[in-house]
Amino acid sequence: MTILQGWVVPGLPHPLLTPDASPGYRRLRDAFDQAAARIAALQPDVLLVYSTMWPSVIGHQLQAHPAPTWVHVDELFHALGSIPYRFTMDTELARAWHEANERRGLASRTVAYDGFPIDTGSVVALKLLDPDSRIPAVIVSSNVYADRAETLVLAKAARDAVASTGRRAVAVVVSTLSNRLFTDWIDPADDHVHSAKDDEWNRKILEFLGQGRLEDVAQLSRTIHREVRVRKVVSFKPMWFLSALMGQHNHHHGEVLAYEAVHGTGGAVVGLTPTGEARGDKEFDEDDVEVWHGHREVLDPVSDEDEEDVPTPPAPRAPEPAPTRSASVTTATAAAPVGAYPHARRVDDLLYLSGVGPRQPGTDAIPGGPIRDAAGAPLPYDVAAQTRACIGNVRAVLEAAGASLADVVDVTAFLVDMDRDFAAYNAVYAELLGPVGPTRTTLAVRALPTPIAVELKVIAHVPLGRDAPRST
Amino acid sequence: MAARGRIVAGLLAPHPPHLVYAENPPQNEPRAECGWETLRWGYERLRADLAQVEHDVLVVLSPHWQTYVGWHLLGVPRFESLSVDPVFPNLFRYRYALDVDVALAEAIHEEARAEGLVSSMMRNPDFRVDYGTLVSCHLTDPAWSRPIVAISSCRASAYYGVDVMQEQAIALGRATARAIEASGRRAVLLSSNSLSHRHFTTEGPLPEDMSREHITHHGQHLWDMKAIRMLREGRTRELVSILHELTTQAIGETDAGSLTWMLSALGFPTQGAELYGYGTVIGTGNAVMGFWPERAA
Ligand SMILES: [Fe+2]
Repeated sequence: MTILQGWVVPGLPHPLLTPDASPGYRRLRDAFDQAAARIAALQPDVLLVYSTMWPSVIGHQLQAHPAPTWVHVDELFHALGSIPYRFTMDTELARAWHEANERRGLASRTVAYDGFPIDTGSVVALKLLDPDSRIPAVIVSSNVYADRAETLVLAKAARDAVASTGRRAVAVVVSTLSNRLFTDWIDPADDHVHSAKDDEWNRKILEFLGQGRLEDVAQLSRTIHREVRVRKVVSFKPMWFLSALMGQHNHHHGEVLAYEAVHGTGGAVVGLTPTGEARGDKEFDEDDVEVWHGHREVLDPVSDEDEEDVPTPPAPRAPEPAPTRSASVTTATAAAPVGAYPHARRVDDLLYLSGVGPRQPGTDAIPGGPIRDAAGAPLPYDVAAQTRACIGNVRAVLEAAGASLADVVDVTAFLVDMDRDFAAYNAVYAELLGPVGPTRTTLAVRALPTPIAVELKVIAHVPLGRDAPRST
Repeated sequence: MAARGRIVAGLLAPHPPHLVYAENPPQNEPRAECGWETLRWGYERLRADLAQVEHDVLVVLSPHWQTYVGWHLLGVPRFESLSVDPVFPNLFRYRYALDVDVALAEAIHEEARAEGLVSSMMRNPDFRVDYGTLVSCHLTDPAWSRPIVAISSCRASAYYGVDVMQEQAIALGRATARAIEASGRRAVLLSSNSLSHRHFTTEGPLPEDMSREHITHHGQHLWDMKAIRMLREGRTRELVSILHELTTQAIGETDAGSLTWMLSALGFPTQGAELYGYGTVIGTGNAVMGFWPERAA
């Protein structure tokens, strides 16, 4: 799972088309050029672009045309000129992301149509961050109705796809900070942020980002939306997306390369380079979420199972079936079993999980790499990444059963090389499961059924009635 | 001097690309087997009525040309290109070739400025015409037999509020009426918008599967029926006075200002509009209606 770097950039066309119309646009352009040089030096496989200027209604859309080509004109700033482009899309990653979206419960589709109108923000970002269009990209839309949970899951699906395809990716979110435009034409030389209030908020956000505190800014998204966003959509989502994509933490090296007004909006070029990983040091005001379970069946006139929040007296209906006291759980969000067993089995209040390895659902890719090749020759591998993936898979099985990592009461861990791997395994375990505090036993075994280094056997306590065991 | 121009029809002409998709016209690439017939039959009756009325130009205001800096008008004589709907690219990939009545557009632009509005001409020949304009015009005149004037929406509803938008749209309506009168044109106005506008966020495997089509929410339906009743009874000033509530509660596409603009240009008619059809499209409420100022009451 490799997101090398993340960037926040504004999407209005001025730094691209009229950089010398004002000193501010020039500084933004210089910052874009600097960012482009940094990105080129990393030699990423792909630019992963989330644009707030590409709205969608039916779930999320992923641009998957191999070579989108057009002469773009912005619908508002058309007088600044036309923007011819020819980009290359990473169609394999787009497909993998789409499949990961579906596995995580999101409505999703790839779009690959000649002449599809790629939004101004994506066009500007790709033209400026990769001026010779050398790096393939994937662009994702921003669903107008999506809120935090859906956006987080979208980002996590992107992580799945980046991991399963082995890409080294640079993430780009195209978004202004404050987005209030002047509603009359201005002399570019007089451009300034629309109000002192907007400017103060922008600086506050940039202070956080400059300190690498991306997750803190993500947590502020609802406040930012209220304070400095003209409400064209349900919520301010790009920081949720970027932080979830980059591991939901504050351990980044942040650099604000420029902050300027563009027709009254606040535009900043900000780079974020990960310096560490998530630690158990955050309090989420809202639940973290791995799989989207939102109401998605409005099209189905017979389904009413999710309508529990309608505040009318309930009509008489058939009694609910009694909670199952013993049931199997199988889920598409965890790797397919390698034998005749379910992912989990519930008996009363206890949920017993089958052994969970690091293999990724759908692809069977092993984060951190397999420990041996097909011929049995040993390979270098990263047990920390494998352990992290194991625990991620445990979480997916638990969530499919209506539980979470916080419900784990007992863990048995199997390592194929105790001497080599214990310390790194132990560190990741401490980070992700340490705060939960289950009992634990770690054993060395000669081999596991697939070329993996670690497997976990987990028991969770999940009171009956809190969940509805489901097969997906 | 030319005869005085006039508005011969004011049409509520919503623009779901689904209707063009369901028609399978030669311009559109995807093929459908059916769909949204009540609305399409409504447009059919509308076209039959329009064929009886001589007219020179369609003047359309579309929510999907979004220009936060004032109102814009197409200012290039001809556009020819491919339009792919960014939201429903699976349904709408449409080759268009259309003529613009640039002289009338410029006249409206000047009158709008005289009203104190921010107005701009769009002169970039590479510009792609928005799909709202294309769908409303196609459904009104599939042969594109007459030139159009296309006006953007300045989205003042989002930037200020529905009331500010309406104030501007009313002024723009006055400007439009004056410019048409001076131009000698017989103009048909198109208000390109649905009424209630909450979409479903999923789509069935077959988009035209009508077993899945219904209004998103009962409250949306109530607002749609209220608006239709008022339009049919010619209570247009009253409708504009409650459009704030409709727009916010029914998430109305009336936020674009197009309906208010058209009613203002028509001088807030008290003669009722004819209802040609009503139907939902992915949960949004759409009515096809017409005001005919020259019909005997
Ligand atoms: Fe629309």
